Amino acid sequence: MMPLSVIRSGERVKIVEIRGGRGLIGRLADMGFYPGAEIEVISNRPGPLILNRGGVRLGIGYGMAHRILVSPIP
Amino acid sequence: MKVEGKKAKIALAGNPNSGKTTVFNNLTGGRQHVGNWPGVTVEKKEGAFTYDGHEITAVDLPGIYSLTAYSLDERIARDFLLREKPDAVVVVIDASNLERNLYLVTQLLELGSNVILDLNMMDIVRNKRVEIDTGKLSAVLGISVIETVGHKGQGMEGLKEAIIGALGEKGDSFKIDYDQDIESEIETLQKAVTLPGYPSRWVAIKLLEGDAEILKRVIDKKADSLVLECQTRLERHLGYDLETALVERRYGFLSGLVKESIRKRFDLMERLDISDRIDRVLVNRFLGIPIFLGMMWLVFQLVFSFGGPLADGINAFMGWLGEGVSSGIRAVGGPQWLSSLLSDGIIGGVGSVLVFLPNIMLLFLAIAILEASGYMARAAFVMDRFMHALGLHGKSFIPMLLGFGCNIPGIMATRTLESNKDRILTILVNPLMSCSARLPIYILFAGAFFSRNQGLVIFSLYLLGIILAVVVARIFKGIFFKGEVAPLIMELPPYRLPTIKGVLIHMWERSSLFLRKAGTIIILGVVLIWFLASLPLGVAYASQGSLIGKFGSLFAPLLKPAGFGFWQAGVALLFGILAKEVVVGTLGTLYGVEEAGLISVIQNQFTSLSAYAFMVMALVYIPCIAAIATIKKETDWKWTGLAVGYSLVLGWGLAVLMYQIGALFMALR
Repeated sequence: MMPLSVIRSGERVKIVEIRGGRGLIGRLADMGFYPGAEIEVISNRPGPLILNRGGVRLGIGYGMAHRILVSPIP
Repeated sequence: MKVEGKKAKIALAGNPNSGKTTVFNNLTGGRQHVGNWPGVTVEKKEGAFTYDGHEITAVDLPGIYSLTAYSLDERIARDFLLREKPDAVVVVIDASNLERNLYLVTQLLELGSNVILDLNMMDIVRNKRVEIDTGKLSAVLGISVIETVGHKGQGMEGLKEAIIGALGEKGDSFKIDYDQDIESEIETLQKAVTLPGYPSRWVAIKLLEGDAEILKRVIDKKADSLVLECQTRLERHLGYDLETALVERRYGFLSGLVKESIRKRFDLMERLDISDRIDRVLVNRFLGIPIFLGMMWLVFQLVFSFGGPLADGINAFMGWLGEGVSSGIRAVGGPQWLSSLLSDGIIGGVGSVLVFLPNIMLLFLAIAILEASGYMARAAFVMDRFMHALGLHGKSFIPMLLGFGCNIPGIMATRTLESNKDRILTILVNPLMSCSARLPIYILFAGAFFSRNQGLVIFSLYLLGIILAVVVARIFKGIFFKGEVAPLIMELPPYRLPTIKGVLIHMWERSSLFLRKAGTIIILGVVLIWFLASLPLGVAYASQGSLIGKFGSLFAPLLKPAGFGFWQAGVALLFGILAKEVVVGTLGTLYGVEEAGLISVIQNQFTSLSAYAFMVMALVYIPCIAAIATIKKETDWKWTGLAVGYSLVLGWGLAVLMYQIGALFMALR
């Protein structure tokens, strides 16, 4: 398990846990990103990340990516 | 059962970027009107259509992701659904992102709304060679499911028919099974707590989620502790966070449903979407910012190269109209004062405002195109780091950009920001974005004193505004809004070709805010100016002896340290509070000269130093009345007071500082 922030562009991972305060989990879930969901990191660079889940592109801040724990999909 | 009386109210709900507004436009055609939601200035779009003898009123709700309200837009949509209880809710979803979009649908179903599901953008789905089993969706969710292609107008008859068919239905049969532990707590709360008018199961689930607003509305004093008790017990049973558990159960249900009702012909995930390929370039680490700056340069190029000639046309037309009206009145022997009021006051004043219309409409057109194409979300994304450095949010960037056209739509656009702190901060600094109404002041003064470097001087004022916004934002952040900027979570919609109709409607919505101001406050303002300049009776129009002249003389000493302590400058600035557009016109009236003569008059009274100080003052001091009223509506008196107070102090202080330091240098040379 590792934070999303270290995943490189093009890799696919599964969200394991979101360590957010109340609200963050719900907010991400509203947009289709929830524990158990498989996502693809479209781009990761210093600054925000672009994620993809089933065609939905989400931009999130780097700090938040630290708080999302993921596991690689073999 | 069909509704008697054949009148009904429906709402259109859906995620942002689901094509909801296009469907709304197709359903209601031209029969739309725009009002305001009660209590806020956010626009409420209502339309109507008749089908099969039914008169249907449709309300277009702001785009939402769920019924948990984060931003003002979402709160409005939620309040409408909860309190006004429309007869049916059409949920427009982007069928190419079924799972995420269905999340909102399940929330509405849990609320007991009478839902019709509109699978929009079916053309994209078909292009991707995906088949959706609408019969299965309909059977599992217990609602009608219609396929549409909004931008081609396909499927609208079917949708109308489904709406009529659903009237009078009650959507209360739907349930997500949350597993035994959660279900038993839901049952406990359901028995103990009630909120009249809402399904008890929904209230119980919201309470478990910790929805503060629902908890507040449950008047029962025991509810607080009971909810807490249930939550703690559950988290102990589950071994982890309750919010996560609820989310997982819902998506568990949805991913099962989606898997069963979708048939893919080949795997999508492997294909790199065209949007991704564009994004590799546009939000690239190295190219992102240069491309963004290039885009902005193009936007302003478009605005000024096409806007100028159009503005000249309007100017000439208003001049001709004023002449015509005053000679017409003279011809029929009408009184001199009437001809003066109509041509000098009203036509001249309104004309000075309408001149900005081409620039503003072009800027809003460019912004509407960038928004519809999907680039604007990327721009906010590219700018996020920079905006963070200012203590603002990536999404603050769009309101700031709009501010260059007119601060009113800029201030109103802050409602998409999720955190109230970020929103207020963005509103407070928005007037520092030099709106187009201030440009003629710069053109006049820079033309008179810095004719060789006119462009550079004007640019320096725009830049000064941006720098001041940065500084002020940092300071206010430190004093009033300590803590983190809300984290950026932003959907990046796929790139799409904008539709002409959609872009034009969007441009018009924002431009009309400006026009409404021109039609109300500014007409009142110019009539007021005209009266004050004509009274007391017998005084020469706009002379120092007139009421207006006396006013100006009162303020002039305060402006002396800034180098322009003449009563005319005082009056012009005073009326600039009504609308910045009238500053140049007021100067013209007060000096009794046409615009061409104005240059030589101010060259006599101002020095290049005091001219620059005057421009700085005009940039910063006090937002116009319409902007102040908008700030008040969007925030409260306290923040409005601050916005007015800081800008006055800052504007005056800077003008004085600039003049005094400049004068010192001159003396030393």
